[in-house]
Amino acid sequence: MEETKPRIAIHKFTSCDGCQLAFLHLGEDLLKLAEKVDIVHFVEMGPINPTAKVDVAYVEGSISTPEEAKRIREIRANSRYLVTIGACATAGGIQALRNFADTKSWMQAIYATPETISTLDTATAISNHVKVDYEIYGCPVNSQQVLASLLSLLQKVTPTARRDKVCLECKRLGYVCVMVAKGEPCMGPVTHTGCGALCPSLGRGCYACYGPAENINTDALTQWLSSLGLSDAEISRRFLFIQNSAPGFKEAGLKLKKKVP
Amino acid sequence: MPYFLAYEQLNDLIHALNALGYRCLGPQVQDGAIVFDDLADAKQLPWGMRDAQKPGHYRLQKSELNEAFAWANGPQAIKPLLFKPKESLWRVERDATGAFTFKETLPEQKPIALIGARACDLAGMAVQDKTLLQGKYVDAQYRWHREHLLIIAVNCSYSGGNCFCVSTKTGPKATSGYDLALTEIQNGFVVEVGSDKGRDLINTLHCHEAEAAKIAAAAQRSSDAANMQTKRMPKDNSRALRDILMNNLEHPRWQEVAERCLSCGNCTAVCPTCFCHHQTEHPTVDGDGSVHAREWDSCFTEGHSYIHGQVVRDTTEKRYKQWLTHKLGTWWDQFDTSGCVGCGRCVTWCPVGIDLTEEMAAIAGESNVVVAKEEKDP
Repeated sequence: MEETKPRIAIHKFTSCDGCQLAFLHLGEDLLKLAEKVDIVHFVEMGPINPTAKVDVAYVEGSISTPEEAKRIREIRANSRYLVTIGACATAGGIQALRNFADTKSWMQAIYATPETISTLDTATAISNHVKVDYEIYGCPVNSQQVLASLLSLLQKVTPTARRDKVCLECKRLGYVCVMVAKGEPCMGPVTHTGCGALCPSLGRGCYACYGPAENINTDALTQWLSSLGLSDAEISRRFLFIQNSAPGFKEAGLKLKKKVP
Repeated sequence: MPYFLAYEQLNDLIHALNALGYRCLGPQVQDGAIVFDDLADAKQLPWGMRDAQKPGHYRLQKSELNEAFAWANGPQAIKPLLFKPKESLWRVERDATGAFTFKETLPEQKPIALIGARACDLAGMAVQDKTLLQGKYVDAQYRWHREHLLIIAVNCSYSGGNCFCVSTKTGPKATSGYDLALTEIQNGFVVEVGSDKGRDLINTLHCHEAEAAKIAAAAQRSSDAANMQTKRMPKDNSRALRDILMNNLEHPRWQEVAERCLSCGNCTAVCPTCFCHHQTEHPTVDGDGSVHAREWDSCFTEGHSYIHGQVVRDTTEKRYKQWLTHKLGTWWDQFDTSGCVGCGRCVTWCPVGIDLTEEMAAIAGESNVVVAKEEKDP
């Protein structure tokens, strides 16, 4: 019986380790899950077997070193399905801000012996390097979305996710719109759902950590944020933040950045 | 014959409702808006508060009157109580023999008494009744909530900047759908009875009948609220809008509004008549059961127009067109009524202030601005 269990690995690249916690935060469901699958590689939890052949590999983090660029290819070769989790893996993460700067001068400004550090000039999404079967957005990802993806794959069903804006979830939960009622700048109307409208539930605007939703209108939101009194530089920083290199946000942010004197 | 309920008797009303087993909900100030929440004491009501509404803009401010209902409306009222934003429909469980059994999940909660619904909210409920209760298929969850809801409406004495219920003939005075209807006047309310439940309730409160002067004062409040409205729906929201919309499907205005629209779905979520939803499965990890639930969806999402491998409405232009042509047009074919009740919520709560009356005006070629009485007949 043991050998027939699907094998799972959770890998880490350049990241804060927070998305892997989505598995650990499952609580009792993690114990039930462990009866259905073999978790063969998950450093944060215990098992270490980075080169194991697996049915599903969950990958956290972006590719920012030559070693990582090589390792992700090995993982792809060893995995039937590869699922990326979190902003770093799906869009490069906060560290992708280096893509808009001169990495070498940053290194020299910060480190005493920059020549000892092996790094790429960019931090990029996993899908820039290998084929990805399914992406889960978020910073961090939501445990239930991760679990749903695995349960779908175990049932041989293609995982699906709503790609709606945060606004709809905010309304379902009965939160008062912070932008309409308080003039608080909010990225909810362009941001991918999944967080449970966490920031608006605490009376503050969404800061777009889940990345772009489908069919976004960044120009219209830019115009409205501008009418609320935000400068081009401030709006640009809202797009070029945690999801700075995500398609849609990157273009919107850079367009505004160019306008800044 | 209408009654008079003094301010001091509001708590008697709340206590009477509690004694009858109701969870009492009423308007109160929360997070910068007037929302409905548990009401234990009349002190919690938004005394002296007023809402200033413009497209994409809602602010509370102090009113010159220290009244409990001197405001127009908040982001939601009746809809989330009857057509819930998230609700389970049925559950499937594997029993000891391995067989699956399906069980309908009906709500298990106390009946609700809602104080402070407006005429537009009742009109919205009447439209949702047509959709979910009076058609060929009855929605079991909606029916349960509907049968367990008592409504104490409050007629408006003030109209917000986005109100246009006069043109849609749905307000500002409630005409049906309530158990009791209150109109705030000096020191209390003129109370009208709308149902047997309402009559039984008012009889427990030992109210006096309202004298003529009070009834006249109440009528004046409603008429003042009506005269305050500056917005209107072109063609007075009539069936004529259906043909105007369907004959203008290629109008350049659709592209213009699509450039401003965020396709976020806020308008549909706050609309008291929108009923679109999707259903999802929530299986347990061990595979021994699942809950089948529905959630509010919107014609502004890709999922809503996903049909067998393709998204039918893949652009904002198509989605906005779907929203307006259905709401003001083909709703007539489907339900023999307009889907708009003139509450103005979609205008206020649109994060970029798109005004459907203005969009309709652009297509119909008729103004959405009320011409003041003095200008009409000097």
